[in-house]
Amino acid sequence: MTTTPSAQVIPSPRDPYARRKTTRGNYELYSWVFMRASGVLLIVLIFGHLFVNLMVGEGVHRIDFAFVGGKWTSPFWQVWDLLMLWLAMFHGTNGVRTIINDYASRDLTRGILKTLLYLAFVITVALGTLVIFTFEPCPANADPALLASICFE
Amino acid sequence: MTAVAENTRADAGTQTDDAPGAVASFEVTLKIRRYNPESEHGENVIWDEFTVQAHGTDRVLDALHKIKWEQDGSLTFRRSCAHGICGSDAMRINGRNRLACKTLLKDVNPDKPITVEPIKGLPVVKDLVVDMEPFFASYREIMPFLITSGNEPSRERIQSQADRDRFDDTTKCILCAACTSSCPVFWTDGQYFGPAAIVNAHRFIFDSRDEGAQQRLEILNDKEGVWRCRTTFNCTEACPRGIQVTKAIQEVKRAMITRAF
Repeated sequence: MTTTPSAQVIPSPRDPYARRKTTRGNYELYSWVFMRASGVLLIVLIFGHLFVNLMVGEGVHRIDFAFVGGKWTSPFWQVWDLLMLWLAMFHGTNGVRTIINDYASRDLTRGILKTLLYLAFVITVALGTLVIFTFEPCPANADPALLASICFE
Repeated sequence: MTAVAENTRADAGTQTDDAPGAVASFEVTLKIRRYNPESEHGENVIWDEFTVQAHGTDRVLDALHKIKWEQDGSLTFRRSCAHGICGSDAMRINGRNRLACKTLLKDVNPDKPITVEPIKGLPVVKDLVVDMEPFFASYREIMPFLITSGNEPSRERIQSQADRDRFDDTTKCILCAACTSSCPVFWTDGQYFGPAAIVNAHRFIFDSRDEGAQQRLEILNDKEGVWRCRTTFNCTEACPRGIQVTKAIQEVKRAMITRAF
């Protein structure tokens, strides 16, 4: 008879499983609420945008440099487009983050995909915000035929 | 009842199908996913087909019994009560999680081979037996017991019928894991609490006699808690007790949101 305690030979049947760590907090709660709220807001913003750009007046045929330049001289459309950009980017990024969490099971895969996702988010939001606020509707030495009427007032 | 029917059949020989009140019998093939690391197949999964004679009143469990008792004693599966209440024999039958003891063969098209697999997302131990420990670990985490404060009352804790009805649906859970192992989010990495744990938390959160609702909501307000539910309704479809599982999860979500705002 050996004197080895049997507890060392037979591992506890409950050993292999453990939730990796508790991740309690309101983050997922707020992001869940944000997805619903931003979704409703985006419906209004996007369909408003589509209606104004594609249906009012001559519709799609009047979209050119002058049209965009004219629109972005108005603070109203600046705020509208900024809201649309930010909400869409947060909403979409959060959605894709969820999909990555659901479909990628390895931590490394998740890490790489999410890094790429957040990188794309930062670039798009920074570039978009910059363009909305620094857009020059009347560049010097431009062909006057292409410019908005506000450039000649 | 079954024993009497079988005796009648044995007396009448092979012509029982014509006898009045006889139960039709037919041949059914079961295609079973086998896994036994101690066999010559090692870690490989193999599919075995067995053909047995079954009656129109037989369940999948009866066919499994017949295979185990008459053809291959090494076939391994769990069952205890065999009457749909112990929750031991949840398995994936023709691609859907069901209790083998509650599924009649005639309801899963016995004309074609019936596939039987272990439930998904939990480690398979042997054949149809899975390690239920991850499932029960989540269940333990939500504290599935009455939490109260103050002195014990000297008589019952009185509750109105309306208060009892509030959580009636989720008291039906038999912990068979059919819901949790049908959930695609649970399949991913097994970190999600799973529908069954949330259902059993719901059973106490909405019980007027219980005072642990805040603690349970706190536990489930986790990255791996209720917020990982994508409302695919797989759990509701899989539940052999007919619990509105997805609805229960949404009610827990709502309780968290009203608590936070």
